[in-house]
Amino acid sequence: MSTSALEEPAPERDGRAGGGLLDPQQLIRSLPDALKKLHPFALWRNPVMFVVEVGAAFTTVLAVLDPSVFAWAITAWLWLTVLFANLAEATAEGRGKAQAATLRKAKTDAVARRLADPADPTRWDVIRAAELRQGDHVIVEAGETIPGDGDVVEGIASVDESAITGESAPVIRESGGDRSGVTGGTKVLSDRIIVAITQKPGESFVDRMIALVEGANRQKTPNEIALNILLAALTVIFLVATVTMQPLAIYSKLVNPGVADSPALNADGVTGVVLVSLLVCLIPTTIGALLSAIGIAGMDRLVQRNVLAMSGRAVEAAGDVSTLLLDKTGTITLGNRQAAAFVPVRGVTPSELAEAAQLSSLADDTPEGRSIVVFAKQRFGLRERQPGELAHAEWVPFSAQTRMSGVNVDGREVRKGAATAVMKWVRDAGGHAAEEAGHLVDGISASGGTPLVVAERGRVLGVIHLKDVVKAGMRERFDEMRRMGIRTVMITGDNPLTAKAIADEAGVDDFLAEATPEDKLTLIKREQEGGRLVAMTGDGTNDAPALAQSDVGVAMNTGTSAAKEAGNMVDLDSNPTKLIEIVEIGKQLLITRGALTTFSIANDIAKYFAIIPAVFAAVYPGLDALNIMRLSSPQSAVLAAVIFNALVIVALIPLALRGVRYRPSSASKLLSRNLYVYGLGGVVAPFVGIKVIDLLIQLLPGMS
Amino acid sequence: MGTTTAGMFFIASLIIALALAYRPLGDYMGRVYSSTTHSRPERLIYRLLGVHPEAEQSWGGYARALLAFSAVSVLAVYGLQRLQDRLPLSLGLPPVTDHIAWNTAISFVTNTNWQSYSGESTMGHLTQMAALAVQNFVSAAVGMSVAIALVRGFARARSGTVGNFWVDLVRGVLRVLLPIAFVGALVLVAGGLVQNLSAPHEVTTLTGGTQAVTGGPVASQEVIKELGTNGGGFYNVNSAHPFENAVPWTNWLQIFLILVIPFSLTRTFGRLVGQLRQGYAILAVMGVLALAGVLLTNVFELSGGATVPQAVGAAMEGKEVRFGVSNSATFGAATTLTSTGAVNSFHDSYTPFGGMMTMFNMMLGEVAPGGVGSGLYGMLVLAVITVFVAGLMVGRTPEYLGKKIRAREIKLASLYFLVTPVLVLVGTACAMGSAEQRASMLNTGPHGLSEILYAFTSASNNNGSAFAGLTVNTPWYDVALGLCMAFGRFVPIILVLALAGSLAAQSPVPESAGTLPTYRPQFVGMVVGVTLILVALTFLPALALGPIAEGLS
Repeated sequence: MSTSALEEPAPERDGRAGGGLLDPQQLIRSLPDALKKLHPFALWRNPVMFVVEVGAAFTTVLAVLDPSVFAWAITAWLWLTVLFANLAEATAEGRGKAQAATLRKAKTDAVARRLADPADPTRWDVIRAAELRQGDHVIVEAGETIPGDGDVVEGIASVDESAITGESAPVIRESGGDRSGVTGGTKVLSDRIIVAITQKPGESFVDRMIALVEGANRQKTPNEIALNILLAALTVIFLVATVTMQPLAIYSKLVNPGVADSPALNADGVTGVVLVSLLVCLIPTTIGALLSAIGIAGMDRLVQRNVLAMSGRAVEAAGDVSTLLLDKTGTITLGNRQAAAFVPVRGVTPSELAEAAQLSSLADDTPEGRSIVVFAKQRFGLRERQPGELAHAEWVPFSAQTRMSGVNVDGREVRKGAATAVMKWVRDAGGHAAEEAGHLVDGISASGGTPLVVAERGRVLGVIHLKDVVKAGMRERFDEMRRMGIRTVMITGDNPLTAKAIADEAGVDDFLAEATPEDKLTLIKREQEGGRLVAMTGDGTNDAPALAQSDVGVAMNTGTSAAKEAGNMVDLDSNPTKLIEIVEIGKQLLITRGALTTFSIANDIAKYFAIIPAVFAAVYPGLDALNIMRLSSPQSAVLAAVIFNALVIVALIPLALRGVRYRPSSASKLLSRNLYVYGLGGVVAPFVGIKVIDLLIQLLPGMS
Repeated sequence: MGTTTAGMFFIASLIIALALAYRPLGDYMGRVYSSTTHSRPERLIYRLLGVHPEAEQSWGGYARALLAFSAVSVLAVYGLQRLQDRLPLSLGLPPVTDHIAWNTAISFVTNTNWQSYSGESTMGHLTQMAALAVQNFVSAAVGMSVAIALVRGFARARSGTVGNFWVDLVRGVLRVLLPIAFVGALVLVAGGLVQNLSAPHEVTTLTGGTQAVTGGPVASQEVIKELGTNGGGFYNVNSAHPFENAVPWTNWLQIFLILVIPFSLTRTFGRLVGQLRQGYAILAVMGVLALAGVLLTNVFELSGGATVPQAVGAAMEGKEVRFGVSNSATFGAATTLTSTGAVNSFHDSYTPFGGMMTMFNMMLGEVAPGGVGSGLYGMLVLAVITVFVAGLMVGRTPEYLGKKIRAREIKLASLYFLVTPVLVLVGTACAMGSAEQRASMLNTGPHGLSEILYAFTSASNNNGSAFAGLTVNTPWYDVALGLCMAFGRFVPIILVLALAGSLAAQSPVPESAGTLPTYRPQFVGMVVGVTLILVALTFLPALALGPIAEGLS
């Protein structure tokens, strides 16, 4: 696997998996869509809100037949309840729509120059991009838009992918290797490439992105389906509880003949308006109204982090991940090894070695070479000399044969390189390689570092200790992961010794050394057989099988189209560290659902205390003792409960869109916190809310 | 010693005795249901039944075997009642009328033991022994086998089977119920319960009249009545009768027998899933709910909230003087917290809130600790629902004992939870909606409503106790309550077995720090909370118009 294109340290995350802010304007903009969603067929898929709509329609009929301020007020608020639910969904979708509009701009009517013969780049015919088929080869030059998704098969070019990633810096795309994938709609800035089209017509990456962010054909995720079943069951229970109350109410009225009829209860039992109010208050409208918004917003939060999930199922699976496979290079460590110490042999001073090491690396443009120069400057204050300063220097570049590089200057020959090669060079020059140097080399190797030996003609000076540098903050993150119950496994091509050293330093739980793609696949399968869900990132074609096998496979956008095809998410920033954030977003999605479900059910207690005494205190005055909120009249009590029920939906829309705050911690702690906030809060909040609303509305006409 | 102190001592000694029996009995049952050897009598029974004891059944096969066995049982009990005049030991009693016979057959096969008849004047000795007492054993064993099948669902991985119904049934009877019942019966005889096959004795009463006093195989039936959480009394007045429940210590022993298997099964559960602490957690949930139920019933009865008890000093109406208020209240709570339904006092005469407690105990779904087997599986279903909501709140697909609670599991659990409340509420509403059925009430107003609500709650939850007062030996009530008993027993059983099948097929998810721990007080508290809230929300309107309205007036 290659190094990621964007070398980024782990971003500082303050708000954790927080979300975008909710713009109040957005609510107003979503209103027309919310009204459209009142159509019963649109609501049919949401059993809870469908019941509310049927109830609202029923009370409308009752209010028309027997008008009163109370009946109309209840009717209005029942319709508002449905509307607020639709508003939540429409707002969640609205955020995606804005994103989709930007993407659509990328889908201009591009034309393609299709090669008649892939081997001959001189003959082509011009066709519309939409007519391209899989396997077609097209030629794209500077200034042209790439007509479809595919892999570069010839040439190298810089490409502007800002239409998709939002990142304005151009990226390099070249044939072969892991940076061959190009996306339709992006623009070639320089050079010329030949692209083999891999997409089917109408199924381009941009097409899929648009569909995803718009929430079109959104499939319910497994957990959402399960939760919907529970909500439907609760709805049925409360439907039965309210409907079967009617004969009991009629009887109670019958055996108390002296009691006058009230707007809540007469000889025909509880009035239709109040019965519907009670039902709507009891069924889990809060979570029912916000459930789909939570799902859409979860996908949207990923999109905001430049991650495209190909299915909601994958986002949900991310929350369940228990094993995280992370590539060492680029994810856990910075891309390259860096000089960490100069270890001189006896008789050589450290600064002497540093000077020689610096000298030999001046013309070495590899990151390792640069790091030696930087280290010499930082530790020994050696000024960085430009190669030009040493006029008569003869630079010896690194070659695969000699496996060393260096300089011949002023009669002095300095070399640095692989231990065996440099030692041989010393011996060949008649010097004798100190045994001590051999020990140093072995010591550094054993500690997981890479030793580079520095020597002058005939004399070994010392050893440079190169080591992988673990990115800042990684250990803390892995500790967090462990607290969340996630095992991190580092994947590396290094030998086990080196791998272990870095694994220990970074604090990962396990490592897979000398990993081949097959090893990786075997590891994933083994984890999955143990019932664990596995997440990984990948970008190369050889990662594709493992990406496909893993439960959450995040492909880097810089990667090959095979990798992107195999994974179920694409990270447009190509930042492998983002896997950790994806897991957090997945968890946050589930927590938000659970928290609002708990809140919704806990709310019911207060509503019973509002409505039951309001309806039945007339026949059994003792029941007034249940009116612990001391609501002013039966009408205002019922109306206050209904209004609270509707307003709480609006109040929770921002939470549904943003997600419940998530901080990595153990399951027990998370549960305690959420239970207090949403369970206990859910019990208490409506008592306060209903009382306050009652105080406000008691003065309205028709409330006494 | 004051009444209250004595009552508390009674409760405390019960708790200690149950705690002592918990480990040995729970572990023993664990061995019974996981043993691979068969005793000679068992082999003989398998040969007679034509089953291979080594063959395992899928959940569907298990359910079909169970339903077939229960159907045959219903026919047998019905037949024995209808033909009792032509069979020996009938005491000269006529055949039982068709609707009562049907109702009784369903009632005993479903472990409900609702009795719309008086035992001593309706059933001959053969019917009592061959039909009713046999069902007391097998219906209890059926409940235990379903619970064990569900536990296997949790314990097994990637398995297509949940056990063998016939083996579980036979072992439940032969290895668990019969030995305890045998010893228990002897102890009860020593306590003064009768055990004979005599015809009624004619005795001359103090006023010079004559009375026929019926003896019979009472002690043997009594012990399994409590042990199998059946509750069907030999006599009409059930455990209030001195031949069924002679002295305070037999009363104590009966309560002990009622509670011992349901509580100990949580140990069996912990054993079989390989994590004892999971069993303790379920035990804790049951214990908290049970203790609250027992104490509240005691408080309401001892404080005697209503007018008359206050006037006479104690709520003694409908209670036996030899047991007193507290021990009657404890029995009343124990019998309704389990699916026993035996009574030693009349719940109809309890204070309004005391009576409500007996109803509320049943409305919990009889899970604290519930009927033999049925209590455990009911509680596990509630745990599954709790895990689902709580599991979401920790950000993972909810899992219980390593098994994921997905759409299929939550569908089965939700349906399970739906069945009984729907039966109770729809049944009550139908009865309350008809002037003819309301005529069966003894009292009017909220108390009359409570009588009907109690009847349907008792039948649908397979409790079988009666509030008394309500005249239920009419065809309508016999049929309606019979249907409630049948649906209230077998629909949940099928759902539980389906759940067991679906869990057994899963491969377990290993536990990690991200897994919701289901053995801590936190989880115990959540299951208690979810149970109370769901039940309260479901039944509050009905309770408000019955006992609460009465109690607050």
